[in-house]
Amino acid sequence: MTAGSTYTPIATYTVPSAAASVTFSSFSGYTDLIVVCTVQASPGGDLSVQFNGDTNTNYSYTVMYGNGSGAGSTRASSRNWIPLDYYAAPPTSGSFNNEILQIQNYSNSTTYKTVLNRANNAASGVDAVVGLWRSTAAITSMTFSVVTATSNISAGSTFTLYGILAA
Amino acid sequence: MAIRFASASRIGNKLPRGSNFWDGSAVVVNSSYESIATVTVGSGGTQSITFSSIPATYKHLQLRTSHATNNTTNIYFRINGSTTAAEYGYHYIVGTGSGSVFAASDVSHSNTYGVFAYNSNPSNFTAGVTDFLDYTSTTKNKTVRQLAGQDNNGSGYIQLTSNLWINTAAITSLTILSTGGDYINQYSSFALYGIKG
Repeated sequence: MTAGSTYTPIATYTVPSAAASVTFSSFSGYTDLIVVCTVQASPGGDLSVQFNGDTNTNYSYTVMYGNGSGAGSTRASSRNWIPLDYYAAPPTSGSFNNEILQIQNYSNSTTYKTVLNRANNAASGVDAVVGLWRSTAAITSMTFSVVTATSNISAGSTFTLYGILAA
Repeated sequence: MAIRFASASRIGNKLPRGSNFWDGSAVVVNSSYESIATVTVGSGGTQSITFSSIPATYKHLQLRTSHATNNTTNIYFRINGSTTAAEYGYHYIVGTGSGSVFAASDVSHSNTYGVFAYNSNPSNFTAGVTDFLDYTSTTKNKTVRQLAGQDNNGSGYIQLTSNLWINTAAITSLTILSTGGDYINQYSSFALYGIKG
């Protein structure tokens, strides 16, 4: 009944020095993708993702967040990216945000792509994000960057890509 | 020099040639995570899907889903075919982007199912990851946790849910269902995985 082991590590990358973006572009042959990140940004900012190099306003998101004093939810339409955290990735002097991004059925060419992310900022709060990329194209690459254009992903940030193959 | 672009293939160039971990090709991994079965909904949709005869050889189950429904509606799940309302309860919190979050619960056990996804609809697909922990235990009631969400470029929701099945039986089957004549749309997929302990 089972199809064997899956949840395969595809690639991992540790940022050696401040980088504007990190891109994964070789991940065919799976059903779902998972990206596990530990991220700092300089001078700080929200980590974001874009697919297939699409920088147009084809993205939207809804986020739920909470800290020690309350919880809330916000959303935005027709954006150029999906932000993956509500509590910005801290600067180099802080702890790393950890994030787990889930991308279901990424290679289908029928539906728009819905992604889920859970992020934790130890100093500020926790959040969950659902994002939509309004394209039916199969995802063939994904690029992570910091929403604030003047910010970089800091050295020591890590990105690990896994593939899951369904039976 | 700041790295402006890094790809998996370029990462691979930095590593010993003997490693195929980085090149994006199939890798043989002694993983504790195995695919058990997948259901993809065909033309015309369906009112329910069932995973039966779930092997008892894992420690935990994970259900990874992508689904849409013909109307704006919740969808639900049942364990081992049980329709006993006293066995199901839940809490969830939902954000819809409206500024505040809201929470709901069923602690009076008034439903004959657990909540699987809040406010599914036809516009776009809801993504979900649902964990059934220690599903073969015969001494514990079963706690089920889920992250699910959908965005429609103008509306949406993100949800964290905890379901309780008040029954110590091992889980051997799972049913995902719509109610009230609604159905789960074509192209929806439900993939069940086992995680070894």
